[in-house]
Amino acid sequence: MRILEQEGRTADEAVESALKKLGVSREKVKVEILDKGNKGLFGLVGSKPAKIKVFIKDDPSHIAYQITNRILGLMGIKAEIDIKEDNDEIHLEIKTEDPGILIGKRGKTLNSLQFIVNLLVNKVCRARRKIILDTERYRDRRQKTLEDLAKRLADKVKETKKEIVLEPMNSHERHIIHTALQEDSLVTTRSRGEGEYRRVTIYLKGQGDEG
Amino acid sequence: MKELVEYIIKSLVDQPEKIEIKEILGEKTVILELKVAPEDVGKVIGKQGRIIKAIRTVLNAAASKVSKRVVLEIQD
Repeated sequence: MRILEQEGRTADEAVESALKKLGVSREKVKVEILDKGNKGLFGLVGSKPAKIKVFIKDDPSHIAYQITNRILGLMGIKAEIDIKEDNDEIHLEIKTEDPGILIGKRGKTLNSLQFIVNLLVNKVCRARRKIILDTERYRDRRQKTLEDLAKRLADKVKETKKEIVLEPMNSHERHIIHTALQEDSLVTTRSRGEGEYRRVTIYLKGQGDEG
Repeated sequence: MKELVEYIIKSLVDQPEKIEIKEILGEKTVILELKVAPEDVGKVIGKQGRIIKAIRTVLNAAASKVSKRVVLEIQD
């Protein structure tokens, strides 16, 4: 956190100059008034400057940007990052010449990197915001793939009347499968297994819910 | 590789000054031997090894760019 002490004729003026010096807007800082000052008589006799202290608040999106940029640099990946803030989430869109390496098999590298960035940002910021890394709209494309897969497999379950166990997925991907089949009146879904081996099972309603 | 792992681990632990990393360069493999303060071992490994696995994945992605493999070991 950056801190700056500033004097001015009034506390407001001091804040104003501090913001100019730091190049940030009012909502990004916390102000502590050290001395209200005294304008004195006609602003001349016995005047005393106001003194304030300005703290720049933790800005998670900026920190997330810096950490991601640094890690990509150390990985030898040339990239440009765009930041988009969306309620509780910070989206970092990475533009790179080599998205394949960044994404990895079934998004393994991108997800690992996202996990690490979230850990490191949360270590320095108290405001917990979820950080999502994306490149080449991978997140959207993967969601579409999983939804198609869910529907295809649900049809198969209805046809064969046998349950199907999907490959292990992370919580986000499992959620996509559950949501995709939520409205289906014939099949239902459930996650089983622990940790990274947790898998979704699709089965006919009224069958196999004992597990 | 060493710098990459050093940056991540230093940001992760409470006692960054106690980190030691030894890099052994092979023809196709890079071995990184990592030592951290005993209190920090859990922070580097994570629940069910989730953190160390993520670090290894990122390291191997970086190494694949130069056609190498990385082995990251934590020493007691």
